[in-house]
Amino acid sequence: MTPKTNHMTYLPDMEVIASTMLEEVLQARSAYHPEACTAAQVRQALQKTRLDPKDFSALLSPAAVPFLEEMAHESQMVTRKQFGNTIQIFTPLYLANHCENHCVYCGFNSHNPIQRARLDHGEIEAEMRAIAAMGLREILLLTGESHAMSDIGYIGNACRIARRYFKVVGLEVYPMNVEGYARLHECGADYVTVFQETYSPGRYETLHLAGHKRVFPYRFYAQERAILGGMRGVGFAALLGLDDFRKDVFATGLHAYLLQRKYPHAEVAFSCPRLRPIINNDKIDPKDVHEAQLLQCIMAYRIFLPFANITISTREGERFRNNVIKLGASKISAGVSVGIGGHQGKAKGDEQFEIADTRSVQEIYDTILSQNLQPVMSDYVYV
Amino acid sequence: MTQQDCLTLGGRAFTSRFILGSGKFSLDLIEAAVEKAGAQIITLALRRIDPNGQANILDYIPKSVTLLPNTSGARTAAESVRIARLAREMGCGDFVKIEVIRDTKYLLPDNPETIKATEILANEGFVVLPYMYPDLNAARDLAQAGAAAIMPLGAPIGSNKGLSTKEFIKILIDEIDLPIIVDAGIGRPSQACEAMEMGAAGIMANTAIATAGDIPAMATAFRQAIEAGRTAYLAGPGPIQETGAAASSPLTGFLRD
Repeated sequence: MTPKTNHMTYLPDMEVIASTMLEEVLQARSAYHPEACTAAQVRQALQKTRLDPKDFSALLSPAAVPFLEEMAHESQMVTRKQFGNTIQIFTPLYLANHCENHCVYCGFNSHNPIQRARLDHGEIEAEMRAIAAMGLREILLLTGESHAMSDIGYIGNACRIARRYFKVVGLEVYPMNVEGYARLHECGADYVTVFQETYSPGRYETLHLAGHKRVFPYRFYAQERAILGGMRGVGFAALLGLDDFRKDVFATGLHAYLLQRKYPHAEVAFSCPRLRPIINNDKIDPKDVHEAQLLQCIMAYRIFLPFANITISTREGERFRNNVIKLGASKISAGVSVGIGGHQGKAKGDEQFEIADTRSVQEIYDTILSQNLQPVMSDYVYV
Repeated sequence: MTQQDCLTLGGRAFTSRFILGSGKFSLDLIEAAVEKAGAQIITLALRRIDPNGQANILDYIPKSVTLLPNTSGARTAAESVRIARLAREMGCGDFVKIEVIRDTKYLLPDNPETIKATEILANEGFVVLPYMYPDLNAARDLAQAGAAAIMPLGAPIGSNKGLSTKEFIKILIDEIDLPIIVDAGIGRPSQACEAMEMGAAGIMANTAIATAGDIPAMATAFRQAIEAGRTAYLAGPGPIQETGAAASSPLTGFLRD
């Protein structure tokens, strides 16, 4: 077995950009002690109209738990002020599940004996046609992290096809250099999401044993490289439960906050995944993130950065999703199939995780309407 | 016979001075809001138009209303020009509200880029209504560039904070020979009334109505407030004594001694 590489050292093909954001985020994360926050700090944060990172840290702390109801009122008000009645709908399309990484918690992990597959040109087209027929106008393209099986040319081709069927094309693929993002932007993609998983480098090292993903700083700077490559917006996430979720959400929010300060034109967004049952996950011991904790995190993101999009994924159940779109989430996925090629019958490759909300696009659409909210299929123009 | 008081934009006369936004509404409430507001112009974001989609915003806007497509999503003059042209190609008419924003947090407009876009689009025959930060020099440049009206912000968009930029909007009203339409930040009918009273030619509002408890009722309240403010402006408000009654011994009395 090859010896493990240093997770803080870039590999030769990885571009290094001039930025100190990583040090800033890691330092603030280390200095954040959630238990030290007080109720007074939480009250103060809830009274402000523009919050700073310190306020955000208070809203994430255990001291804010008794204030969930107050936070919900504030979060709801801020969301409606920013987004009006609108909730955006999109769906992810998994193009391939080949992966060269070894992440111990992931179903796509290169050591897992799952059915591997990738969609060819015709299959991508057929999947997209089927998805567009559901009325969707925004698509998120995903691959496993394999530079060999899903190279930039392959992803770019998928973006070009997607542009013919959809108004909005987002990507959730492996981090790449600025030039790679620029190429994919040319092909029609405008949003890039990268999950940092955990912002604790020590914990990160124990979970990402091999592959490009093992290199922590290269992944951290993916969003910044995407903006430099011309992308309009970037998404951030920690996989809650891998480490202290309060510290990780704090770091995720701060990462987005600092990036938007540096690039004021950049749109920022959050995803809020927590660990769900997956194949071969008995090696890790996730800290529990129950629905109350998840809701606290979502509302803290919303109150801290009112303008950020917050996506609620199908990893969560129907009841939670129906409620959280009233309280802070601004975007919801629908008609989801996480297998490879599952939109027109049987998938040819296995899925990454199990989904909890299997409702169709129409069902989600009708649910949003029934809550006096307005489903929006596209709020975007590629220019 | 007295002449009707109209807002004239691009050679077209409107009896309503209330421009309604549409982006934050539930679609099935737009028609009632337009009706109660008495609005004759409605803005809509080109990026929300989806001709073949399940819920195309255009299908919910009464046909009698003049469309004012906006260029939201544009970060540069060039992008806003492209969006404006697309809007015209899609049959939204010649009116365009220029929005150039490269700040996702406060959504503050970029005046220099807005001036560039205004010039290009005015030359192409658009009726250009630029959304801007109330700066006199920029407003003069916009007028020079061919704008049909100037749309300064009252406060950060969506903030409902009212006329935070009041003094600067007053200057625009005094100095610019174009209609000044206060856009963004107006959260209450009383604030709309105040802006009209000081001489604004119109009010544009969205969030204040879309997020109200009773949307048609709030649309009605805004219409009434805007009409009241306009009537007061035309009537010429009496002076307000800031510091009590006038002095009984005039300071210039010595001239008559």
